[in-house]
Amino acid sequence: MALIDYLLGQRKKKTANVAKDRLQILLAHERSERNAPEYLPQMRDEILAVIAKYVEIDQDQLQISIDEANGFEVLELNLVLPDK
Amino acid sequence: MSRVIVVTSGKGGVGKTTTSASISAGLALKGFKVAVIDFDVGLRNLDLIMGCERRVVYDFVNVVQGEASLNQALIRDKRIKNLYILAASQTRDKDALTLEGVGKVIEDLKTDGFDFIICDSPAGIEKGAQLALYFADEAIVVTNPEVSSVRDSDRILGILQAKSKRAESGDEGIVEHLVLTRYNPKRVETGEMLSVEDVIDLLNIPLLGVIPESEQVLNASNSGEPVILDEQSDAAQAYRDVVDRFLGEEKAHRFLTAEKKGLFKKLFGK
Repeated sequence: MALIDYLLGQRKKKTANVAKDRLQILLAHERSERNAPEYLPQMRDEILAVIAKYVEIDQDQLQISIDEANGFEVLELNLVLPDK
Repeated sequence: MSRVIVVTSGKGGVGKTTTSASISAGLALKGFKVAVIDFDVGLRNLDLIMGCERRVVYDFVNVVQGEASLNQALIRDKRIKNLYILAASQTRDKDALTLEGVGKVIEDLKTDGFDFIICDSPAGIEKGAQLALYFADEAIVVTNPEVSSVRDSDRILGILQAKSKRAESGDEGIVEHLVLTRYNPKRVETGEMLSVEDVIDLLNIPLLGVIPESEQVLNASNSGEPVILDEQSDAAQAYRDVVDRFLGEEKAHRFLTAEKKGLFKKLFGK
């Protein structure tokens, strides 16, 4: 039986590799959140205030993040406008 | 010049206190004057690992609150010259420590001529852990080759880079060192455990040393002796290498590969 286990074991993906892959994705995500610039919350509030002058919006509906993509820093704003 | 070193990890149970005790003892054996401070208020354990639990009269909180002098609270190690322990309080809560109070104790230790001030951090990222790292010049991040430990170490690295005195004052940041503990080369070779290269890759900080998983660590804590004093064990030798590297010596890393068993040992050994 040990021989069969051994042969099966060879085919399965090593768990250490799985661990490393999972951590790589997780740490990259957590670092980008952590390294978000300090002005982000205030900028978010100010942008919200401007939009609120024109449209009625739910304050929690604005998502804002800064990501890096292809060497560019991308400011991403996501806002769902209410149905008329 | 005194050096303030925090031993930290985020996650609990990875070997912070074991590492603090051994590195402090190792530095004192080299002739340096060393103070090791337990920041885990309410759950003190450094005294037990160092074997001085019955000699604690005054603790860190008493000093911070002005109820005892630093000299009254520092416990002199009975085995090693120049090694002093400052125990945490067992009865107070973590709010008993203040930033100013901790800062003053560290300044006083510097004035008293201590070469190294080792801050043994509590687990977590709350106030106690933040106070332990705030005044540090260098950090020893203790990590196990295991997913939650690596994640928490990365988190604590973020805090070291943002919430320490050095980070706030815009000086050079805290110098970071990785100590990987409970390493099992055999399981690394079979692909069941993250390798030291994997962990360095993930955390991206320089490696100070790898401590192999060792039965002697439990034996040492059972008897209240820092494991570094048990010269026969792999863990002790690995900690001695860590101390040498910390003091700037170049030393090859050991205990990274599984011991090859000979035929005799395979047949008759464990």
